[in-house]
Amino acid sequence: MTDMKLMQGNEACAAGAIAAGVRFFGGYPITPSTEIAETMAKDLPAVGGHFIQMEDEIGGMGVVLGAALAGQKVLTATSGPGFSLKQELIGYAACAEIPVVIVDVQRVGPSTGQPTSPSQGDVMQARWGTHGDHPMIVLSPWSVRETFDATVMAVNYAERFRTPVILLMDEIVGHLRENVQLPEQEKIDVYTRRQPTKTREQGYQPYKPEADLVPNPAAFGTGYRIHVTGLVHDYTGFPSGSPAVTEEFIDRLHKKIAIAQDEITHYDEFFMEDAEYAVVSYGGVARTAYEAVQQARRQGIKVGMVRLMTIWPFADKVIEKIAGKVKSILVPELNYGQLVNEIKRAANGQCEVKLLAKYNTEIFTPEEILSEIEKLQGGSK
Amino acid sequence: MKQLRLSGSGGQGVITAAIIFAEAAMNEGKQVVQSQSYGPEARGGASKAEIVISDEKIYHPKIVSPDIVLSLTQKAADKYYKGLDQNNGLLVVDEDLVPNIPDFPNVVKVPVTRIAAEKVGKMLFTNIVALGVLVKLSQLISLESAKKAVEKRVPPHTIEQNMKALQLGYDAV
Repeated sequence: MTDMKLMQGNEACAAGAIAAGVRFFGGYPITPSTEIAETMAKDLPAVGGHFIQMEDEIGGMGVVLGAALAGQKVLTATSGPGFSLKQELIGYAACAEIPVVIVDVQRVGPSTGQPTSPSQGDVMQARWGTHGDHPMIVLSPWSVRETFDATVMAVNYAERFRTPVILLMDEIVGHLRENVQLPEQEKIDVYTRRQPTKTREQGYQPYKPEADLVPNPAAFGTGYRIHVTGLVHDYTGFPSGSPAVTEEFIDRLHKKIAIAQDEITHYDEFFMEDAEYAVVSYGGVARTAYEAVQQARRQGIKVGMVRLMTIWPFADKVIEKIAGKVKSILVPELNYGQLVNEIKRAANGQCEVKLLAKYNTEIFTPEEILSEIEKLQGGSK
Repeated sequence: MKQLRLSGSGGQGVITAAIIFAEAAMNEGKQVVQSQSYGPEARGGASKAEIVISDEKIYHPKIVSPDIVLSLTQKAADKYYKGLDQNNGLLVVDEDLVPNIPDFPNVVKVPVTRIAAEKVGKMLFTNIVALGVLVKLSQLISLESAKKAVEKRVPPHTIEQNMKALQLGYDAV
């Protein structure tokens, strides 16, 4: 481990990106994500990387896609309003299978909303913000140290699955400073993007999937001629209008993530062994939920907690299992109720699922969550 | 667990002071979390920074009940003294900028801004004077740790003046 540092979540994100091999950042500063851009501007040149502040959020997204196609590991960071603007190009990245990490440090919306206040209002946008059928990998860290780890993971997943990955942070963790000890660089698991092993003469096709259903389009400038398009394409990378090609393509986009779902579903369980009630939480809110669950345990309430780090693909199996064990699930969210509906779907009627929503710019107090936990005891299976 | 709130208006440097305090506490082996809230304005508007210090891992990242509140504006003093414990809480105010002292049993008045302006030479050092005051009153970190943390976080050409500001704040209470 390296020395103990007082570090901010946004700084840890930038550090994680660089540790994972990101050497290009393009973006446009926006609260509460600005420190990510600031740190990248300061630290990237020192490792031979490049930082560029673009004219707007859309430019910031376009430029990272270009750099990714040229072989760089890339990251951009934004908040709600910018996340909305980036959506079209996020869809393009999903279709053209361009590895890219988009950090959304959530603030209160819609629109300009409350720029400096925490929210979890972009949970569904992270999944469904761009049009069309495609899966999405979305990770939501709950501590400064985990922000570092989740950023490394996000970059690795983007590169490995050739897909956009959303690091869904919130203002709570983004602006929080706490003690962290980062791992030594050599202890960090860094994925290196696969390169083509054949020439064109040997039958190389840029978008032909390997056994893991992920294709191997060569980076620009490496001697291959590559065609990149947002139109549905065949193995050559050129557009195809064929129903069979389209069906196989959409299937493959989904399956390349689905076959690895167990491996990319990260979560923690606390006090679940004998739990009669559960709190399911994620992001910065989970810190307060954990505090409340501990207090409830001290009062003798048999409550446990599941903390989701992977938001999408959704942890269906995890929720289905705990829903079969407990009488009720409480879901505190800093929004009007978003992930709670996924939890209800996965619980499939096995237990009561209750939302505790807050959307007034303030975070939950432990007492607010504790009081809802106490009320669960009145409920029935 | 100890909880400190530093409040004022944007530009007075309360967030920087809180970061330095938290870093010094961390260097003394404590677990810390430091957070802030402020408005969308670059200058002016309410600004608040919080520090939680504990021997154990801290989950909930904000203050539940503060032990010390520092207020550098009347508005901040009026708003935040209410959260303090009547018996054990301590309110620290800038005596020039908070003319109407809230009705609270334990108040310390320090002319922090005046000390910065007249004795250090610039109002810019208000936050470090205030930091010195907090180091002394809180008894949570040593002056030495604070000095090291200040040195690390301020621009090199301002270290000397910041050290002076810290000492003046420390000696003012």
